[in-house]
Amino acid sequence: MERYLLSGNEALARGAYEAGVKVCSAYPGTPSTEIFENLPQYRDALYCEWAPNEKVATEVAYGASIAGVRSLCAMKHVGVNVAADPIFTAAYNGVSGGFVIISADDPSMHSSQNEQDNRHYARAAKLPMVEPSDSQECLDFMRAAYEISERFDLPVLLRTTTRVSHSKGLVRFGEREERPVPAYARNTRKYISSPANAMMNHPKVEEALAALEAYGCTSPLNRMELNGTKIGVVTASIAYQYAKEAFPADASFLKLGLTNPLPMKLIREFAAKVDKLYVIEELDGFMEEQIKAAGIDCVGKDLTGKIYELNPQLLQERIFGRKPETVDVGVSAVSRPPALCPGCPHRGFFYTMSRHKDFVIAGDIGCYTLGGSAPLNALDSVVCMGGGFTVAMGMARAFELAGQTDKKVFGVMGDSTFFHSGMTGAAEIVYNHGNVIPVVLDNSITGMTGHQDNPGSGRTLQGDIAETLKIEDILAAYGYKNILIVDPQDLAAMEKAVQDALASTEPAAIIARRPCLLIKRIKHDIGKCEVDQDKCIGCKKCLSVGCPAVMVENKKAKIDPNQCVGCTVCAQVCPKSAIARKEN
Amino acid sequence: MKTTKSALLVGVGGQGAILTAKVLVSGLMKAGYDVKMSEVHGMSQRGGSVSTQVHWGEKVYSPVIGKGAADIVVAFEKMEAVRYADYLKPDGVAVINDYEMASSSIAAGLCQYPEGCLEAMENHFRCHVLKAGEIAQGLGSAKCMNIILFGSMVKALGMDDIDWESVIAETVPEKFRELNLSAYRAGRDAVSA
Repeated sequence: MERYLLSGNEALARGAYEAGVKVCSAYPGTPSTEIFENLPQYRDALYCEWAPNEKVATEVAYGASIAGVRSLCAMKHVGVNVAADPIFTAAYNGVSGGFVIISADDPSMHSSQNEQDNRHYARAAKLPMVEPSDSQECLDFMRAAYEISERFDLPVLLRTTTRVSHSKGLVRFGEREERPVPAYARNTRKYISSPANAMMNHPKVEEALAALEAYGCTSPLNRMELNGTKIGVVTASIAYQYAKEAFPADASFLKLGLTNPLPMKLIREFAAKVDKLYVIEELDGFMEEQIKAAGIDCVGKDLTGKIYELNPQLLQERIFGRKPETVDVGVSAVSRPPALCPGCPHRGFFYTMSRHKDFVIAGDIGCYTLGGSAPLNALDSVVCMGGGFTVAMGMARAFELAGQTDKKVFGVMGDSTFFHSGMTGAAEIVYNHGNVIPVVLDNSITGMTGHQDNPGSGRTLQGDIAETLKIEDILAAYGYKNILIVDPQDLAAMEKAVQDALASTEPAAIIARRPCLLIKRIKHDIGKCEVDQDKCIGCKKCLSVGCPAVMVENKKAKIDPNQCVGCTVCAQVCPKSAIARKEN
Repeated sequence: MKTTKSALLVGVGGQGAILTAKVLVSGLMKAGYDVKMSEVHGMSQRGGSVSTQVHWGEKVYSPVIGKGAADIVVAFEKMEAVRYADYLKPDGVAVINDYEMASSSIAAGLCQYPEGCLEAMENHFRCHVLKAGEIAQGLGSAKCMNIILFGSMVKALGMDDIDWESVIAETVPEKFRELNLSAYRAGRDAVSA
């Protein structure tokens, strides 16, 4: 039978298709994004969409489940924080069609603000949890998750990590299972989460979890690989793959796929077969603490640690003391941090902000987080999606109360983040008379995650033309009287917009609008900037815009023609007019 | 476990390391190997240092390797070779593109590009150094630099039992087929195995 090379995310999309899923909603976030990017290929069989945020996505998918069809939502680990409200109550109410919530965690924070371990959500919300360890299991466990969801009347949390989602392995496909949709019948007792109903629902959840623990002791999702009796390893997710390479060939394994509730009877049975029991898991001691609490002797986190990703060589070193043999070549690479792309529209905005020492700028999650990096250094804080406006609000109020009147406070976020959870912050500022200028960096796309459409981009995930929501209209409806729309690449106009906003006596907001230059639908091939070596005095002012294409060589500015896209931000800051764009 | 091999392809976001890894994986699959591959996405792509790993053998578990475990490192940029040198086995081999790309911190004048990257690697490992960018320009397109490095890699690994030319022909779009086949051959010729 043919096998295909699929990433975990591609296999999850395939698994959803095969499971007969009909309604899918998500907000993009690394490492989960490609699950939904791979769903439109099945659009004849299912509906998929980008929602404005993870809470919306979860509610849309849950609504479809209530209506009787199998449904899916997916998000990165921090997205589950946003979606937690409907998730916790969906667990009490239960499902009609199977309902799976994918949480893609990011140990080592390759592209995240924290490495929270979302397995704790499964326990806290009382959800069954499945954890695939490779691409084939991503497909198989997705199908199994829908069986569990419907059999136990609970939503299922399917948890991956970056290495499960973004690693590729060989996968065998199955057939799509077309499921009949039952006639809808109103069930208020089940789905109206009033206190009276919730009181009846909670005991049912506890009963279902007890039944699920018994199920987990016999389910093929949890399996023993018995070899020797000296060492036993309880493990799950990607840590299983690492442990298989790190432990000796005669170690026995209890490989868990259904990890909440833990099949404690099975674990006890396995522990009795081996002399020494290891629990190998990334991040927190989620399994180890429960196994120890059940009175089963084991070791784990004392050896493996709970910070960052593991790998086979790290496990060998930390468990068996075998340090890998490495060579020190005696030369060190300097850091190569990510940077705003050449021609990035955010550069002009952050350069403008960097010129003012009295500005306090609360940022947000997106490419523009890089505005806080050297040499721009134009951010004071970045907390979470949508936090830019509201963190700024709190800072501004604190400055007012402390009498620090010299501070000028800005809140900054992108267009997709504005639609995600920034709009409520924009309302907060007007409603509570905030002394804050909200700034939307509108590049017409969800940039950092790789160009997903959003309510402002005019397209849907399935490629259809959509209503383009106008940020200025939304701000105007909230009561902003002075909305300054500016091209951030025009530094003089950008500076004027900032000053006009600060001088405004009525609520003011700035929209810095220019499309991301990586958008394929838009042509950016205008020309490249060149340095007139006779005019350049080597002052390095052009380096202050932080463009990867601009450098200094032999004490003169130099622009890499392979990287430059001719945005002219560097030319606008040159005091000697030594940089000019050569038009194509 | 001893029968598995792993390759680490390192460079700067946007240099085409992922496509190169895909060609490698297609050939390995055709030859009947179990294969796993790991990529990076998101924030790390914005001009940052990137690495792609390919792990193959009769049976492969982990998609990623730790330090001291790579059989070959293919560096699309020479400072990246140094950055990942401690991932290479002491008897491993390095294919290095003699090409320098300043990082944003170097361009901003905050630090210097390190001297002697190539020499440091050559003093400690079996290395194949080539100017893939120049070879690519000579073939008419800078875009085929990654397939030149790919040609050097399979020659360095001695993996001649796989028909790489047909794998490349199947993987790249038709209009770039001849260019990439020439690139593959040029990459092989640039290495004395």
